[in-house]
Amino acid sequence: MAAPFPFAAGLWMPPFPHASLTPHVVKKLNNGQPGNHPSPAAPERVPAIPRSPMSAGHSVELETLFGDYPLDHAYDEMREANGVLRPHYRALAETIAGLPADELQRRKQSADISFLTQGITFTVYGRDEGTERIFPYDLLPRLITAAEWDRIERGLTQRITALNLFLRDVYSDAKILADRVIPRDLVYSCKHYRRQMRGLQVPRNVYIAVVGSDLLRLNTGEFVVLEDNLRVPSGVSYMLTNRRVMKRTFPQLFQSYGVRPIEHYAQLLLATLRSLAPEGRPEPNIVLLTPGVFNSAYFEHTYLARQMGIDLVEGRDLVTHDNIVYMRTTDGLKRVDVIYRRVDDDFSDPLVFRGDSALGCAGLFNAYRAGNVTVTNAFGTGLADDKAVYAYVPRMIRYYLDEDPILPNVETYLLSEDKERQHVLANLEKLVVKAVGESGGYGMLIGPQSTAKQREEFARQIEANPRNYIAQPTLDFSRAPCLIGNHLEPRHVDLRPYVLFGDKVNIVPGGLTRVALEKGSLVVNSSQGGGSKDTWVLE
Amino acid sequence: MLSRVADSLYWMSRYLERAENTVRQLDVTMSLMLDTGGASDELRWKRLLASLGKPDGMEWSDSLDAMARSLVFDSLNPISVTFCINGARENARQVREEISSEQWQRLNRLFHQMHSPHAQAQFSASINDALASVVDGIHLFQGVGDSTMIHGQGWQFIRLGRYLERAYATATMLEVYQKELFNPQERDHSGYQYLEMVGLLRCCTAFEAYCQVYTADVLPDRILEFLLLNRDFPHAIRYCVDTIRSAIDSIQNTGGRRSPEELTAGIGRLHAMLGYTTIGEILNGDTAAFLHDIREQCLRIHELIYRYYVHYSIQSALAV
Repeated sequence: MAAPFPFAAGLWMPPFPHASLTPHVVKKLNNGQPGNHPSPAAPERVPAIPRSPMSAGHSVELETLFGDYPLDHAYDEMREANGVLRPHYRALAETIAGLPADELQRRKQSADISFLTQGITFTVYGRDEGTERIFPYDLLPRLITAAEWDRIERGLTQRITALNLFLRDVYSDAKILADRVIPRDLVYSCKHYRRQMRGLQVPRNVYIAVVGSDLLRLNTGEFVVLEDNLRVPSGVSYMLTNRRVMKRTFPQLFQSYGVRPIEHYAQLLLATLRSLAPEGRPEPNIVLLTPGVFNSAYFEHTYLARQMGIDLVEGRDLVTHDNIVYMRTTDGLKRVDVIYRRVDDDFSDPLVFRGDSALGCAGLFNAYRAGNVTVTNAFGTGLADDKAVYAYVPRMIRYYLDEDPILPNVETYLLSEDKERQHVLANLEKLVVKAVGESGGYGMLIGPQSTAKQREEFARQIEANPRNYIAQPTLDFSRAPCLIGNHLEPRHVDLRPYVLFGDKVNIVPGGLTRVALEKGSLVVNSSQGGGSKDTWVLE
Repeated sequence: MLSRVADSLYWMSRYLERAENTVRQLDVTMSLMLDTGGASDELRWKRLLASLGKPDGMEWSDSLDAMARSLVFDSLNPISVTFCINGARENARQVREEISSEQWQRLNRLFHQMHSPHAQAQFSASINDALASVVDGIHLFQGVGDSTMIHGQGWQFIRLGRYLERAYATATMLEVYQKELFNPQERDHSGYQYLEMVGLLRCCTAFEAYCQVYTADVLPDRILEFLLLNRDFPHAIRYCVDTIRSAIDSIQNTGGRRSPEELTAGIGRLHAMLGYTTIGEILNGDTAAFLHDIREQCLRIHELIYRYYVHYSIQSALAV
């Protein structure tokens, strides 16, 4: 069963050059600049559980805590280039420094146990059947200031609006192609383009109701969009459970920081789905369609279904009759009105898409065409997710909204353009090359970490099918402090906020911060040693 | 409720009941073996396997420890405790949104307990403690389920699974034991026969309950009467059948578009059979056949549940 991996983005950068680093060590707390943070936190000095006499009274000194905390050209989320703590991180650093030795480890362990018994795990493919792992979790929250968040929120709203207009346009009049803003062949050669969607009116013209964009922070401190993830983005359950565990782990700190809440995500999602119900179905029956228990994101599917109070269905639970979708219940067949789909296009309906799929429901697409059921995200949204189409998003924003993009793209070379291809082929060892339709870190060449042979192989593939590849510079994205052993070390992080689009755009303040937990690693994918952090957006 | 979900809840519950049954019977058999004067170890072990449904590939060997381990930890052996708990958890995992988080956490903890390296060590240190902690885990799950889950259709399917499995397992066990119970060997007329009979009761956690009803005067026909016909004891077959009946009624009351006539008839028949037969009549007739008939009827009820709630044809459902 080929199912989408929950964390689709692959983030790569060269390992930071250890040799050239000059470690900056914070000697004392008070060399941080006077903070202008509204609510400096009272340090959390009293551990919730009686500690052993061995560790009592011994505080972790900041020197030990930051013992090996190198700063270099990458943006550090906690410290400025000269080593001074950023104002909003001061209370966090003080709290941690004020905890008795081992207390951090103890809290980490209790959080891990909590994840395991709650079964907050994902399935690892390609290993023994049923291999489950907890999603590694870092104890220190990632902080985002109100101003930073405001920009992200406006930027994502703008971007989603434009992307949605693009999908609607391409699947109807295709004006943007006629006006030559985007090359026609780029769109029609995309493997996620679904000609079955041509001329089809989707409810409220919403193609993408649920989005999880991947953002990176560059060394300028600016956030950029790496990927849009418009098909079946996942990870939102980790955002929600991280928060719950975090509130338990650092209650006083959390309270003192004034963190904006995210817990209403499920309710917003439900309202979004309800707003997309077919006409004349005032009490819509909303279900979540999952590929099943072997899908790596299965925990999330059950979690969201339970939080929303809707049925979690598999393809085998659904039948269609006279273009109406029903689910099999103990009390006979019950009509289904809205399907929140977590199954890829290809596997959704064997009559229309891949005939060998057993995960979907035969006849689903026809029922959708007839307007008897809403399926969201719509089919064919992967088109706007294509890594080559991605390069045109800023142009889409200007074309449809007549605005400048608030969140920039990562610079992207289109290999179907002769000039850009020549440049890329000449500089393969400096660039990252990605296949346009792949995700999860597959089909990539990381120039600086590649061998001459790999580069040769990729060059050949690029020449053979230039449309299938794009290239990007190796990105120098930001790092945040993580608890490694009993001290802090910086690790690379990205940010995936979750955007909902029904009546209007809704973004819960926060998201999933993914961490490359391996030292020097740039890969945040959970399949490859990635973990996550709670993300606190401050008031 | 989705048919698939009902199916999973039903099997989750059946698997846990099966695990508990294996644990209890193993525990009793192991402790009976401490008294060497009665039946031989081999006989007892074979009896245990027969009453667990004669699993394939489990033969008597001299290594009692290895056999017991296999019954507890062998994840390929379909009556082993681990196999059943894996099955229960796998089913629960497919209906995570239907059971409460508290329930899931108990079951998940039990699962991890069985798979942790400590489990083997604890088993070596004290079999009794190890087995008791498994039963504790199962009881905790059931109690948490009863107090945190909506007592709607899902909960009724859980009851259905638990009591159908229990009725079937108890009937199987009595069928195996009844021959010895009423035809004791000569040398058993010392305290050993008493131990065996108490063991049988303890397999159903019924010893204390039995004493409350009949005093400690343990007699074969009274044991049979108690485990078959008592209407108030949760491990008696009659009680199980009554519960199955009330669960089906509740499921019908919350949905009830289609009337499961054959199913209610099947359960009604078994219910009447246990309600209107006396122990004297059973003992005068063919006891083994009577017990066997109960098992057959349980199987039939299982099939009918499937036909009405899970594997119905779409034509029949659209026709309503």
